[in-house]
Amino acid sequence: MSTKTIAEFTCPAPLPAKETILLGHGSGGKLSAELVRDIFLPSLRNPVLARLDDQAIVNIQGQRLAFTTDSFVVQPLFFPGGDIGSLAVHGTVNDLAMGGAKPLFLSAAFIIEEGFSIEELRRVVESMHRAAAEAGVEVVTGDTKVVEKGKGDGIFITTTGIGIVPEGLELSADRAKPGDKVLLSGSIGEHGIAILAQRAGLEFETQIQSDSAALHSLVARMLEASRDIRCMRDPTRGGVSSTLNEIAQQSRVGVELHEESIPVREEVRGACELLGLDPLYVANEGKLIAIVAPDAADDVLRTMREHPLGANAQIIGTVKEENPGLVIMRTPLGTTRVVDMLAGDQLPRIC
Amino acid sequence: MKYIDEYRDARIARSLAAEIAHGTTRPWVLMEICGGQTHTIMRYGIDELLPRAIELVHGPGCPVCVTPLETIDKAILLALRPDVILVSYGDMLRVPGSQSDLFRAKAQGADVRIAYSPTEAVKIARANPDRKVVFLAIGFETTAPANAMAAWQAKHAGLTNFSMLVSHVLVPPAIRALMTSEKNRVQGFIAPGHVCTVMGCGEYETLVRDFQIPIVVGGFEPVDLLEAILMLVKQLEAGEARLENQYVRSVSYRGNLPARKIMGEVFEIADQKWRGIGAIPQSGLRLREEYAAYDANKVFDVGELSVDEPAECISAQVLQGLKKPTDCPVFGMRCTPENPLGAPMVSSEGACAAYYHYRRHAAS
Repeated sequence: MSTKTIAEFTCPAPLPAKETILLGHGSGGKLSAELVRDIFLPSLRNPVLARLDDQAIVNIQGQRLAFTTDSFVVQPLFFPGGDIGSLAVHGTVNDLAMGGAKPLFLSAAFIIEEGFSIEELRRVVESMHRAAAEAGVEVVTGDTKVVEKGKGDGIFITTTGIGIVPEGLELSADRAKPGDKVLLSGSIGEHGIAILAQRAGLEFETQIQSDSAALHSLVARMLEASRDIRCMRDPTRGGVSSTLNEIAQQSRVGVELHEESIPVREEVRGACELLGLDPLYVANEGKLIAIVAPDAADDVLRTMREHPLGANAQIIGTVKEENPGLVIMRTPLGTTRVVDMLAGDQLPRIC
Repeated sequence: MKYIDEYRDARIARSLAAEIAHGTTRPWVLMEICGGQTHTIMRYGIDELLPRAIELVHGPGCPVCVTPLETIDKAILLALRPDVILVSYGDMLRVPGSQSDLFRAKAQGADVRIAYSPTEAVKIARANPDRKVVFLAIGFETTAPANAMAAWQAKHAGLTNFSMLVSHVLVPPAIRALMTSEKNRVQGFIAPGHVCTVMGCGEYETLVRDFQIPIVVGGFEPVDLLEAILMLVKQLEAGEARLENQYVRSVSYRGNLPARKIMGEVFEIADQKWRGIGAIPQSGLRLREEYAAYDANKVFDVGELSVDEPAECISAQVLQGLKKPTDCPVFGMRCTPENPLGAPMVSSEGACAAYYHYRRHAAS
C-alpha cells in the first residue's frame, strides 16, 4: 500500500491524438464534426459545402436545386416502424425537405454482403418502393456492389436526392436570430429507442415504434403558412441536442429550452430511465426542428398541428443573445444547465 | 411516471429549498458520495436552489472514474487477444487507460461488446464455446451482487471459457479515508441510496460514531436530495450526529440479504487502488480462492502492471471538496470529456464532467 495521503494523489496524462477512426466518428456528435472540420472541409472546401447544411443548394441555369446524399447502415435491418429501405428513402427526402425543397428524384446504391438473402433484399426494395411512392419521389438510377462474406454487415444503402427549392427561400443554420422561437414537430427519441430495444433484446410492455417518416409535406404546409422560417433541421443522429448545438454555433446565438415543453412519450421516457440515456441525445427519423421569427411562430405552430406528422408540435424554446454557441435548458425547478453536444454515441451508464 | 414524477415535483422541491434556507444559520459543507447524485444535482441545478451557506462537494462515488489505470490497461491487453471477447458496461469503453481505451482497441479489431447485465456475458460465453469471454466487473456495492451472480452461474454451469477482471470498490472505507485526511472539510454526508439498498445502512452507523458526523442515506431524484440536505442541515444546526434514512422506499437497515449472501460467497474484501485517489486499505472486493478459475488475473498471464499517474490535475482536491472543478486551470480547456486529464472528467457522473456538461454557462 502507498504511504501517500489522499490529498497528494493526482491524475493521468492525456491520450495522444486519435489516429484511427472510432465508431464515435459516425455518431453525429463532436467527433463527427471534427472529421468534417479537419479532414473533409480543408480538402474539399467550396462555398456551398462550407455552409454545412443537411443539403447543398445549387443554382443550375437559374433553377435552384437541393442536392443531398446519405448512407444507411442500420442494424437490425427490420425494426418496429420501418426498415433500412424505408429509412433510406425518408432520410434523404427529409434532408432535401429541410432546405425547403420539393423532393423529386432519388438514386440508390446497394453494397450487399455475399450470402445475403435475396428474399430480404426483395423486402427491402419493396419497402423502398412504397416509401418513395408515398413521398411522391422516384428512384431513377442506382448501383449494386457485392462484397465478400465478412466485409459488410448484410446490406448498406446510399441514397442521393435532388429537389427544387422555391424562389426566394433561404433556410440555413446560420440564420437564427435572438428572439426567434424553437419549434419541434413532435415527441422525441422514438427511432433510437426502437432500434436500441431490438439490439439489446429488451422487451417493453408497449412496443416502441420508430417515427421514420417523410417530412416534406409538413414542410410545404409550414412554408405556405409563413416564409419567416429561418432554418429547419431533422434531429437524427445525436438527437435534438446536437441539432440545436449546431444551430447555436453556426448562428453564434444561444438557445434556451424549456424542459417541460419538450414532448417525450411515456414508453421512451421509461426506456431512457432504465438504460441511463437522455432522450435529447436519441435519434429521430420523422421529426423536425424549425427556428421561426417570433411573429410567425404561432401561425407556423398551428399549421404544424393540423398535419398528422406535427400533431404534437410544441414551441420548446427561444433563441437568445446570451451564451452564444450554447444550448441552455431551463429545468422544471427554474434552474438552468447546459445541454452539451456529445463527443460520440451516448453510452448506457453503469448504475 | 410513477415513483419518478413525484420526486421531481417542482413545487415540493421549492418548498424543501425554502425550508433549508429558513433553517440554515451558518455555513455547512456537505458531500454527496455517489456520482449518480452529483449528476442529479448538476442536471437539475439543485445547488442553485440552496442558500449560499450550504456548499455541496462531490465525492468519489463514480465507479467508472475510480477504476485504476492498470485495470483498464489489462482489459485492453486482454481484448486485443484474438481468442478473447471482452464484455463491459457501456461507459467503460471511453475511459482512457495509460495508452489507449477500449473503443480504440475495438477499432484495432478487438472483440469488445457492451452488456446491460453481467449475466449477458455468461450467455455470450455459452454461445461462443471456442472463445474466452472476459467480463470487466467494476463498480461499487451496487453492481457487486449481479457481478457475483455471473461468476456463480458460470461456476454452476461448469463454463470453462468465462472469467472476470474484477475492480470493485466499497463506499465506507472511502468515507473513512476522507474523514481521516487532515484537510477534510466535509461536515455531513449524503450516503448513496443504491449502495445502501444492497448493503443496508448499518455500516454507516460505525462511521457516524467514529467521526461524530451526520450521515443521511439519500435517493437520486431532486426531491430526494433536497430532503436529505434538509435532514443534514437540521442535525448540524442542532449539533447532532445521527444516521438517518431519507431513501426509505428502497433502503432497509439490513439491506438485501440474498444479494449480500451471493456477494459474500463469491467475493472477499481486499486492498484496492482508486484512480485519482490512491490505495485505500480494505476498500475493494476480489474473487475468493474458490472462484480462482473465473479470475481473469489468474486465467491469463497479463503480469502485474504498475502505471504511475503523473501530476496533471487536481482531482484529489476536487474529490475532497478542497477545490471546485472550475478552479482547475485546465478545466474545459485541455481537460474535457473527450480528452480527460483526470478521473472526475472521465464519466458523465464524475464531478468535473458534470460541471463541464451542465455548468459551462455559469463558469464563463
